[in-house]
Amino acid sequence: MLSIEGLEVRYGAIRALNNVSLEVRTGEIVTLIGANGAGKSTAIRAISGLVQPSRGRVLYQGHDIVGTEAHKLVGQGICQSPEGRRIFANLTVKENLELGAYLRYTRRAEVTADMERVLELFPRLKERIAQLGGTLSGGEQQMLAIGRALMSRPKLLLLDEPSLGLAPFLVQQIFAIIEDINRQGVTILLVEQNAFQALRVAHRGYVLETGDLTMQGKASDLLEDGRVRQAYLGR
Amino acid sequence: MAPWLIKRILGLCGGAGCLAALSILLSRNLETYYYLVLIQCGIAATLAVSLNLINGITGQFSIGHAGFYAVGAYVGAAWTVLWRPVLAHHLSFLEIGVPQGDILNLLIALVFGACAAGITGLIVGAPSLRLRGDYLAILTLGFGEVIRVILLNVDAVGGARGLSGIPTLVSSGDLAAFWVFGSLCLVTLLTRNLMQSSRGLSWLAVREDEIAAEAMGVDTTRVKVTAFVIGSMFAGAAGVLYAHFFTGISPDIFGMDVSIMITTMVVLAGTGSATGAILAGFVLTALPEVFRFLKDYRMLIFSVTLIVIMLTRPQGFLGNRELGFGTFARLWKRLRRSPAVSGNAE
Repeated sequence: MLSIEGLEVRYGAIRALNNVSLEVRTGEIVTLIGANGAGKSTAIRAISGLVQPSRGRVLYQGHDIVGTEAHKLVGQGICQSPEGRRIFANLTVKENLELGAYLRYTRRAEVTADMERVLELFPRLKERIAQLGGTLSGGEQQMLAIGRALMSRPKLLLLDEPSLGLAPFLVQQIFAIIEDINRQGVTILLVEQNAFQALRVAHRGYVLETGDLTMQGKASDLLEDGRVRQAYLGR
Repeated sequence: MAPWLIKRILGLCGGAGCLAALSILLSRNLETYYYLVLIQCGIAATLAVSLNLINGITGQFSIGHAGFYAVGAYVGAAWTVLWRPVLAHHLSFLEIGVPQGDILNLLIALVFGACAAGITGLIVGAPSLRLRGDYLAILTLGFGEVIRVILLNVDAVGGARGLSGIPTLVSSGDLAAFWVFGSLCLVTLLTRNLMQSSRGLSWLAVREDEIAAEAMGVDTTRVKVTAFVIGSMFAGAAGVLYAHFFTGISPDIFGMDVSIMITTMVVLAGTGSATGAILAGFVLTALPEVFRFLKDYRMLIFSVTLIVIMLTRPQGFLGNRELGFGTFARLWKRLRRSPAVSGNAE
């Protein structure tokens, strides 16, 4: 579904990604793990068009999407839950979700049905539907960010650090939901610092270190790999 | 025709009728001084609502709004003073002096003024709205001054002397308040309707978080330019009304101080509240008049009042709430309840 070939991204003189190639097949959860500053978020931004890569190709369903504006990719089925959640703080939960379906806004019946589905997935949001996004707790905001992205009916969902700043119990809950979403047929690229949790739900994984891909393979293999355990799992 | 459409049209006609009656009543009974202040309040409120669309709702900090106001006023006046007489030789229905000719010409001037301001908004906005924050503010401020200096140097519109002898299309037949407050209502209603559509929601999204909006499929550049153009068109219409009420315009009426004043109204209104903008438009236009008895210290006191308001109510008069019938109903309930509460305490 998505294949990245020799991707390089520069911020001025600094090279954030160096010759990164990875592949996401239809129906998979693929995770990209790495420490702070490894370039994980940059990879997501390059795929979704928020930053322009200086070299390399991003093929989505066979087409090169480098240079396509971010908002156009949403219509093609790529949607992201951005780093730091970025929910609309002064809009209600309902408005936040409606904005997720912005491109299909006039098809009200469809949007209402989608909202039902998302609220089923996140019952907490249903209780808070009329509240302002900014008044939600961190976990609820994360649910809102994922729910909002789902409202666009993505084929490929990009999740940037969904576990960031959440209590361990909530992290497990979020990852369970991610698996649920995947079972409903959404392909997921998951960028995570929490390598253990990410590798447990993912089918395959890539390890990113200061801009370079250092390892890749089946998630279960990576979970057993001595170097990964040493570097990211602390055991 | 659909029943809701008939209802809408009837409502609009009823509203317009009431406004016209009120307008005639006001112009015949109100002292000229108060009448003039009232008209100025209406125009200022229209300007505030129009800028609120750009600054309050879409979150772009534009402070050169007087430029669009000027473009509207000059183009509208150019129609009635310069272009219309030429055409009126051949087309007798463009003659002014008869009510239907007045109304037709005012409408044409409004369309011309609003469109010219809108096109100017597009030319200024399309490249500059890629900037954000301070840069956009500086650029729009500069634009306002550029317009003023251009008008100073174009002889066809009178240069520094300005255009005078503009026919009193607005104030003829006691209908000035009708035109001014009619456009204020129209602009406010349009804003309200926009805000209830997906477009309005996308404007708010751009204000809240541009990157997130982009990630949701909102074409942020387009949203910003659209809001900018619509806001400019409203300001242009306000300019046309000003020109045809006061019958004389010159570049210095549209200086930086006016831009700053409109921006102040929007800031004072609270982010995104159209009714708040109307309130601020009225208060800020009427306050200097209220302080007139203080003579030389009037503007000093006015400025101090502004500072005090900003210190005590930084979120603006209404915050992001709107004033409506519901607000008054709630206020009434609270007023009725409070004596009972204090009674119990005794």
